[in-house]
Amino acid sequence: MSVAFTRDWLLAETPASRAQAAWGRRYRAWLGLRANPLAMIGLAVVVAFVLLALAASLLATHDPGAQDLANRLARPSAAHWLGTDELGRDIYSRILHGGRVTLGMVIAVVVLVAPLGLAVGCVAGYFGGLVDRVLMRVTDVFLAFPRLILALAFVAALKPGVESAILAIALTAWPPYARLARAETMTVRNSDFIAACRLTGAAPARIVLRHVAPLCVPSLVVRITLDMSSIIITAASLGFLGMGAQPPSPEWGAMIATAKRFIFEQWWVPTGPGIAIMLASLAFNFLGDGLRDVLDPKQR
Amino acid sequence: MLVDIADLRVTFATRTGTFEAVRGVSMRIGTEKLGIVGESGSGKSLTARSLMRLLPANARLSAERLTFDGIDVLNADERTMRTIRGRRAGFILQDPKYSLNPVMTIGRQVAEAWRTHKGGGRREAEEAAADLLDQVRIRDPRHVMGLYPHEVSGGMGQRVMIAMMLAPDPELLIADEPTSALDATVQAEILRLMEDLVTRRGMGLILISHDLPLVSHFCDRVAVMYAGRVVETLAAGELARARHPYTRGLLDCLPSLTHPRERLPVLARDAAWLQP
Amino acid sequence: MTASPMIDVDRLRVSFGDKEVVKGVSFRVPAGECFGLVGESGSGKSTVLRALSGLNGAWSGRIAVAGAEVGPKRHRAFFRKVQMVFQDPYGSLHPRQTIDRILSEPLLVHGLGDVERRVAATLAEVALPAAVRFRFPHQLSGGQRQRVAIARALIAEPEVLLLDEPTSALDVSVQAEILNLLADLRRQRRLTYVLVSHNLAVVAHLCARIGVMLGGEMVEELSAEDLRAGRAQHPHTRELRTLSVGLEEV
Repeated sequence: MSVAFTRDWLLAETPASRAQAAWGRRYRAWLGLRANPLAMIGLAVVVAFVLLALAASLLATHDPGAQDLANRLARPSAAHWLGTDELGRDIYSRILHGGRVTLGMVIAVVVLVAPLGLAVGCVAGYFGGLVDRVLMRVTDVFLAFPRLILALAFVAALKPGVESAILAIALTAWPPYARLARAETMTVRNSDFIAACRLTGAAPARIVLRHVAPLCVPSLVVRITLDMSSIIITAASLGFLGMGAQPPSPEWGAMIATAKRFIFEQWWVPTGPGIAIMLASLAFNFLGDGLRDVLDPKQR
Repeated sequence: MLVDIADLRVTFATRTGTFEAVRGVSMRIGTEKLGIVGESGSGKSLTARSLMRLLPANARLSAERLTFDGIDVLNADERTMRTIRGRRAGFILQDPKYSLNPVMTIGRQVAEAWRTHKGGGRREAEEAAADLLDQVRIRDPRHVMGLYPHEVSGGMGQRVMIAMMLAPDPELLIADEPTSALDATVQAEILRLMEDLVTRRGMGLILISHDLPLVSHFCDRVAVMYAGRVVETLAAGELARARHPYTRGLLDCLPSLTHPRERLPVLARDAAWLQP
Repeated sequence: MTASPMIDVDRLRVSFGDKEVVKGVSFRVPAGECFGLVGESGSGKSTVLRALSGLNGAWSGRIAVAGAEVGPKRHRAFFRKVQMVFQDPYGSLHPRQTIDRILSEPLLVHGLGDVERRVAATLAEVALPAAVRFRFPHQLSGGQRQRVAIARALIAEPEVLLLDEPTSALDVSVQAEILNLLADLRRQRRLTYVLVSHNLAVVAHLCARIGVMLGGEMVEELSAEDLRAGRAQHPHTRELRTLSVGLEEV
């Protein structure tokens, strides 16, 4: 396909092909997002974090695991830009590498949680009746458990580690998405355009998958970006309790947890990862708010 | 003169520029019944809303003159506007379902409306509410006062809305498609009721509708709007003598029960109609 | 009547919970004819149509289409034969799908090939410019959207079209265009219509026979000519007629 992605082509009022219409809609959403400075800041920070994490081995000044006990708890200096921790490891390098673990966990959780929540919510909302009641009671059971406790129990049953932490967080994070998807589905279930779909003779699975679910995706995407920060915090808490990423592996939450003993004397030790968590959470929140304005079909 | 509008313009800022939705409307309304008729997007509702300064946030309002009973609406402060809205001019909207509070009984809503404007005790307000409901010819006002909005029909709901609007004794009633959500039998009753109340109380009435024949039956004058301008103003009885091709087209393209036609004539829009 | 009618509804009853909203309605529509159902809101006219279309399965009585009796659950083949056009052109088109996608959907469901040509041909048939094909519903006017809805109903080549107040959300000038389009399509494709409306003039314009509904019952069935001439028997029909005629006298 040799198509020129020019501005005029994208913004054409009368697209000539399916692809052009789809790209045009995406481009308009992008223009909408670009008009929102906070969202753009959020996006820039998120992209920067991902790039930094990916290029961690190139950008790190030290090996994140290398200990230097003679030089422990050193102040920020030319050699160690953000100082060193209680084992003399370079904090800057550990934050870069920790980004891989932390952001990797967040992305893995989202990849697990979003389709599950969407599927459960859409099916419950569309079919209603007994299906709805059963699925929603299951959801309520998961919702009723304190999130961290359930995750803890789950990790304890498996072996502590990043993979178990991801599974545990995913297990406790999906119910709100199922509820959201169900609520969205209920608002469109009785609309005329879904009735029209039923009148084409389409099977229920096709209607849910191709007509209902796409309408729930935007609000789900928004909700997920807003939840990113709490996923980071939960991951950190699990790490802090020794149930998540295991000690030598640099994970932001675990870094803060171990540094809490020095918080008053050696403030720079927890500050670095703390700022990283805060920036990432804030950036995801800004991005989420911006996406809501662009994606929500009701706002247009 | 109750309302004096000269060269009213309403513009909207869009992504690509500005869009003029009302393009220089002038009209003077006294204690009479004026119908404003046009298709969707003709600017008929915006014209009436400009008078109350009830426009969307992204709309810009300008006019050579826009006065309500001598008050300059363009430059009046919010407090003055509040005395006009609801008190000196009542506004009746299309669907009573959305304009009545669903969790308050009808009696309380009407009594509240009366008390906000007249003051007085609860007992007194209740008497007044019953009287108002009686005026809009609700047969058993005491019973209806105890009902919630979802328990009454659309026509009854619209009567209640009218009763609430009458509470402060307004000088002008603006009705925006007041009967298009109602059945034909109820529609006629509501319009007859409004006509009767307006005449008896010596009020002005602005009736906004897309239904030209209907409006002409209940108004003294009809202003026909097209694309943000008034293309023709007619005395209601002279509809048959309409001269503007748009007005004639509107009347002609209606299917008729008494004069069957194989095909309906279709309105051919002329670019010249856009010119003043 | 010699041949069996296209639509045969016999003693149809529909209840919502304890409330019976259609109380034994019967009518027949010969193939190629248009039958009108008029009544006020709550008279049950739309409920009859939804039971007929298969959207509402909670009915009793007998419904037969083209001589074959149908039950509450319909097979896919039924939906190739019977299609529906809804009242609100803003609510009946999926807001996030292009017109192209909306029109291809029935073809994909029924496994009909030649999607490209059929979509283009049907758009032309309802007099929509080819340029709207890849637009979204919100970029179209109310009249254009209703044309899309009609195109969607037609694309799988049905024999029966159920029309639920197809013009009552439109401006009168657009209403005339849509009514003309519906009349042309019926003639060209030999379609059978059931038209539900509260507007007597619209129903009489399109339909030869008219059923008047009141409180869930069909109180009178008469021809359009009888209605025009004022030969109605039931007082409710006469009242509706008087109101309608009264508005026409300018």
